[in-house]
Amino acid sequence: MGERAEKLLSKDTIKKIATRDAYGEALLELGRSREDVVVLDADLSGSTKTKKFAKEFPKRFFNIGISEQDLVGTASGLSLAGKLPFASTFAVFETGRAWEQIRQTVCYSHLNVKLVATHSGITVGEDGASHQAIEDVTLMRVLPNMTVIVPADGNETKQVIHAIADYQGPVYVRLGRSKVPLVMPDDYAFRIGKAHTFHLGKDANIIAMGIMVAMALEASETLKKDGLDVGVINMSTVKPLDTESVLRAAEKSGLIITAEEHSIIGGLGGAVAEFLSESHPARVVRIGIKDDFGCSGPSSELLKLYGLTPGNIANTIKENLK
Amino acid sequence: MKTTELKPDIASLKEKANTLRIEILKMLTEAGSGHTGGSLSAADILTALYFYKMRHNPADPKWRERDRFVLSKGHAAPVLYGALALSGYFDKQLLRTLRKIGSPLQGHPCSRKLPGVEISTGSLGQGLSIADGMALGLKLDGLSSRVYCMLGDGEIQEGQVWEAAMTAAHFKLDNLCAIIDNNGLQIDGRCHEVMHIEPIVKKWEAFGWHVIDINGHDMEAVVRALDEAETVKDKPTMIVARTIKGKGVSFFEGKVEYHGMAPTPEELEKALKELER
Repeated sequence: MGERAEKLLSKDTIKKIATRDAYGEALLELGRSREDVVVLDADLSGSTKTKKFAKEFPKRFFNIGISEQDLVGTASGLSLAGKLPFASTFAVFETGRAWEQIRQTVCYSHLNVKLVATHSGITVGEDGASHQAIEDVTLMRVLPNMTVIVPADGNETKQVIHAIADYQGPVYVRLGRSKVPLVMPDDYAFRIGKAHTFHLGKDANIIAMGIMVAMALEASETLKKDGLDVGVINMSTVKPLDTESVLRAAEKSGLIITAEEHSIIGGLGGAVAEFLSESHPARVVRIGIKDDFGCSGPSSELLKLYGLTPGNIANTIKENLK
Repeated sequence: MKTTELKPDIASLKEKANTLRIEILKMLTEAGSGHTGGSLSAADILTALYFYKMRHNPADPKWRERDRFVLSKGHAAPVLYGALALSGYFDKQLLRTLRKIGSPLQGHPCSRKLPGVEISTGSLGQGLSIADGMALGLKLDGLSSRVYCMLGDGEIQEGQVWEAAMTAAHFKLDNLCAIIDNNGLQIDGRCHEVMHIEPIVKKWEAFGWHVIDINGHDMEAVVRALDEAETVKDKPTMIVARTIKGKGVSFFEGKVEYHGMAPTPEELEKALKELER
């Protein structure tokens, strides 16, 4: 795991970038290389960072206004006309307000629509529960034909956006508002459906997504001092789940910890628990939001309040190894 | 390839609409369930679209330059299936499989199963947004293809319809023509009793649409309205087609019970006598 995890502990040398900023840049790259790319937003283009694309390609950008259902429907129509639409707004509105449009139109008809939502999880911060999507992965994962991706950092986000442009079918990508450290190795290559195993631990393995990957790495580094060998897996594709990687982790250690900035119901923890309970029963402990709404506050404070910290991950592992 | 006739032959279109109604009733009776009233009310309009106005090619359903039709009121699937079969998209015999296991003719249209269906529908309120997106995409490509979208009148109670109405006007989608099949009835009763929808014409005008108010069973009026829509610039067109639910079969007409009920074999026999006269 090495250098990056150590840097995470030292806090000062590692570069941080918000995944939404990486998305804005990736869209520009795509727009320049592909004529068929169109981008839609629902009055949040400054926040979702689609505004950059809008500026450079005004004819290929459509602001649909504050109407998420119409956003998804219009994106669907554009895909039917042969375009490659990226539709963005906040995660809670995209997956919640427009869920049935995503089900009926995008997924049932297997349309080539890319839903890239920002402002997921509690790190939205001060805006509070109304704007903090903590159930979006569950809502998207349950839909047939849907692919669900939660990048861990900015570099992975860029790779994800390019990868899904080359993939035919519905995709949901979950991005965040806050800056997160670059944790993926320089030679990392994202592939849809393939997890990245930093290393497998014999005492426990943490399967994490999104911002929790950095925290998992930090927790693992801390636990080394206690003589514990704890592995970390970045499960950036939540659906289809990389069951081989999950299985390998469960075979290596009897204890699996899942970590997500999301409800523990039906998200990454749910997916891992569903799979393991049927194929290789292991103890699965889910770290995430425990059937609760978020609230207002600085994102760093909220993460502590809801136990989404390297310290809590480490303590949870120690308690479960007693 | 242009399969439409340049001059409307109203008499043969009327004859075609009658044949379409017969196919609708036969497939629904065989299926034993389905939406009779709203399929019959839309039959004249779909006839005018598929056999007069739209450029389409049954031998090449994905022909890039085709006109598109979105049946937003997806429960009227039988009228769409009938129009597609009579156009030659698939063998008429397939109509007998409606709603049965393994059939591409699902209870509500499924684009992945049946060629000619542009997009799966059935959950009301979504079709107009999809039609907007298609119209935007066609304009981006500089194609002259047009998009048609049929909505139910009860369907405009869905909020998304008005989101889509704004979008179409905002982006000046003059390659889009929507039609409301205004038969005045929905499952629970008369539209004005369940949830007022009038004044329909004023609403769409207020949303920036060019509106044409017609009798949806007057073939000449339907044809003229579709022609007029093509001449409108910088605005989408809404044809408010005043129709009768169950149109063509005296004992189904205006009956709310036949929204979601198929004819019995006895009813079919009686209905065919009326239509084959």
